[in-house]
Amino acid sequence: MEYFLQQLINGLTLGSIYGLIAIGYTMVYGIIGMINFAHGDIYMIGAFICIITFTILGVIGITWIPLALLIVLIVSVVFTAAYGWAVERIAYRPLRGSFRLAPLISAIGMSIFLQNYVQIVQGARVKPLPPLIQGGVVLMESPAGFAVRFSYIQMIAIAVTVVLMIALTYVITRTPLGRSQRACEQDRFMAALLGVNVDRTISLTFVMGAVLAAVAGVMVSLYYGVIDFFIGFLAGLKAFTAAVLGGIGSMPGAMLGGIIIGLIEAFWSAYFSIEYKDVAVFGILVLVLIFLPTGILGRPEVEKV
Amino acid sequence: MSATATTDTNTRPGLDFVALLKDAALTAFVALILAIPLVGFETYDKSGSTSLGLRTRFGAVAIGVAVVFFGRLAMQIWRQTMLAAQPGQVPLWDRMAGSVPKVRLPFGPLLVGFACVVPIIWSSNPYVVDIGITVLIYVMLGWGLNVVVGLAGLLDLGYVAFYAVGAYSYALLYHHFGLTFWECLPLAGIFAATFGVILGFPVLRLRGDYLAIVTLGFGEIIRVVLINWSDLTGGPNGIASIPRPSFFGLPFQAAAPEGKDTFATFFGLEFSPIHRVIFLYYVILALAMLTNFVTLRLRKLPIGRAWEALREDEIACRSLGINPTNTKMTAFAIGASLGGFAGAFFATRQGFISPESFTFIESAIILAIVVLGGMGSQLGVALAAVALVVLPELGREFAQFRMLIFGAVMVIIMVWRPHGLLAHREPSIKLKAGKGG
Repeated sequence: MEYFLQQLINGLTLGSIYGLIAIGYTMVYGIIGMINFAHGDIYMIGAFICIITFTILGVIGITWIPLALLIVLIVSVVFTAAYGWAVERIAYRPLRGSFRLAPLISAIGMSIFLQNYVQIVQGARVKPLPPLIQGGVVLMESPAGFAVRFSYIQMIAIAVTVVLMIALTYVITRTPLGRSQRACEQDRFMAALLGVNVDRTISLTFVMGAVLAAVAGVMVSLYYGVIDFFIGFLAGLKAFTAAVLGGIGSMPGAMLGGIIIGLIEAFWSAYFSIEYKDVAVFGILVLVLIFLPTGILGRPEVEKV
Repeated sequence: MSATATTDTNTRPGLDFVALLKDAALTAFVALILAIPLVGFETYDKSGSTSLGLRTRFGAVAIGVAVVFFGRLAMQIWRQTMLAAQPGQVPLWDRMAGSVPKVRLPFGPLLVGFACVVPIIWSSNPYVVDIGITVLIYVMLGWGLNVVVGLAGLLDLGYVAFYAVGAYSYALLYHHFGLTFWECLPLAGIFAATFGVILGFPVLRLRGDYLAIVTLGFGEIIRVVLINWSDLTGGPNGIASIPRPSFFGLPFQAAAPEGKDTFATFFGLEFSPIHRVIFLYYVILALAMLTNFVTLRLRKLPIGRAWEALREDEIACRSLGINPTNTKMTAFAIGASLGGFAGAFFATRQGFISPESFTFIESAIILAIVVLGGMGSQLGVALAAVALVVLPELGREFAQFRMLIFGAVMVIIMVWRPHGLLAHREPSIKLKAGKGG
C-alpha cells in the first residue's frame, strides 16, 4: 500500500510534466492540424536554459532558492518562448497552406537541427544540476520502515502545473486571445474573414506551448538533476502519445493523457520491468486507439466532402 | 526567416533600403535573443566539483548576429532584384523541375546505366564502391517507403523498424538455423511484411496522424526490445560475424575452405577484397532495380491505382467500393517487405548489426529522401538518396556539423520547394482530353 502510494506520487509528478508538454502539441494540432515535431526539443532547450541560468546565478551569487527559482523560471520561459516563436516563423509559417506532409517534414528537420545545435554549443555531455530543493514530507510509514515521501520538488511540480492549468483555462475561455484561438481552431479561413489575425494567433499559440514546455523543462531539471541534448525526443514522443491518448485538440485531454502516461510509466517501472516502460506506454496507446479512436476526451471527427 | 511583407515589389521599383535595413536589424535582434542564452554562455564540467563551470562566448554571438544581419540583407536584396527583373515569371528551378517529365531524354535509364558502370570505373577504389552501396541501400529504402508515403499517402515515421526486422531476421536465422543470405532474403521480407500487417491492422483504420505517431512509437518499441532482449538479440552489443553472401555458392575469401573453390580460384583471378565489394554492389543494385520494377508495375495494377486514389480522396474511394483498410494494408505490407529485404542486405554487408543502426534518425533520413525527392517520383527519390548520402561524405571535415546542416537543409528545402525537388504528382492515368492533373 505504501509502495503503491509512493508510485502514485511519482507517477503524478511525471504525468504533470508530460501533460505540460502535451498541451503544446495539442494546441498546435488543434489550431493548424500539424504535429509540431520540434516541440520536444523546445522543452529540451527550456531545460538547458534553466541549467545555464542556475549556473550564472551561482556565479553572481544569488543563492536564495525561492528567488533563484523565480528568476530561472522567468528567464527560461522568456527565452524558450522566443525559440518557440522563431521555430514557427522560420519553419512552419512559410508552409501554411501547403500539403499536409510539408510542415511535418520541416518540423522533423527543425528537431534534428535544434538537437545538434544544442549539442554543438553546449556539448554532448550530460549536464548535472546539484539538488537545490531537498527534503520533503513523509506522509506515511509502513511497519517495515518504507516511508512514503512527498518531496518538495514534487509538490512544486504538481502545484505549478495546477496553477498553469487554471491560468491556461482562463486564457482560453475568457480572453480575446483565447477566443481567436478557438475561432481559428474551428475554421481558420472564416476567422480570418471576420478579422481575426490568424498568423498572430498561431504565433501566440506556439509561444504559449513553448512557455509550458519551458516550465516542464525547468521542473525536469530540478526533479531529475541531469539533462542532455537528447531528452527532447523521448519526452516529446511520450507527450505526443499523451495528447493522442487524451484526444488530440482537447486541452484537458492532454493533461489527463499526460497523467495517465506518467502513472503507467511509474507503475510499470515499479511492478514489472523498468526496461520495457516505454513499450508499455505505446502498447497502451495502441489499445486505446483501437477502442477509442478519438482518444479519451476527443470529439469524434465529422468528415465532410 | 522568410519574408511575407516584401514581396509586392512589382508595384514599387527600386530598393527601399531603409525598410531592408530595418528588416535585417529585426532579424538580427531575434537572432541575438536566441543566441544569448545558449551560445553566449557555455557550461562545462569542472573537475572535482559537482557543479558546472561557466564560460562566456560573446564573440561568437556577435559573429553569429552579424552573419544573420548581412545574410538576411543579402537575401532580401537578391530576392527583390530577382522579382523586379522578371515579374510574374516562373522561377528557374520550377521550370526545370516541370520540364523533367516532358523532356524525352531518358534520365532514368541513363542513371541506371551509370549505376551499372560505377564499380568498373572505380574498380581500384573500394571506398567509392562502398559509398555506392550505401547510396543504393538508401535508394531502395526510399523506394520502399515511397510505396507507403508517396503512393498510398500514409505517413510512416518508423520505417526503420522494418529495416531492423529484416536485418535481425537474417542474423538470427543464420545463427540459430544456419540459413544462408539467399535463403533468408525472402524470409526477411516475409517477416517484415508480417510485422507490417500486425502493426497496420489496428491503426490503419484510423486517421493519418495517428498512424504517424503509432509507427514512430513502433520504431522505438522495436529498438527498446532489441536492446533489452539480450538472450535473443545480443542486446546493445548486437550480433556479430554475420556471413557475407556467396556467389552461387562460391565464397569471397582469401583461403578456400577444405575442398571448395572460392570466387577467385574458380574464375582464376587473383584474390582481392574488392571482388566482394563489387559483388555486394551489384546485389544491392539488382535488389533496388527489382524494387523499382515492382513499384512501377504495381502502379499500373488496380491496387496501385487504388493507392493513389486513396491518397487523393479517401471518401471518394469508399463510395466507389474500394476498401480503404485493406488497400492501405497492402501498401504498408509491401513497403515493409521492401524494407525487410534492404535490412537483410544491410546485415550481410556490415557483418555486424546492433540497435544503434536503427534509430529514429534513420527513419527521418529515409523519409527525408522520399519527401525531398518529390513524393511518388522514382527518379527524384534516387537523386535525393544520392544527395543525402554523398554530400555528408564529402563534408567529412565538418562531421560535427553534419546533422546540423542536414536538419537545416530539410527545413530550407521544404520552405523553398514544399513538394520536393522533383515534384510531380501527376496521376498515373488521366483522361486524354484532360490538361494537367
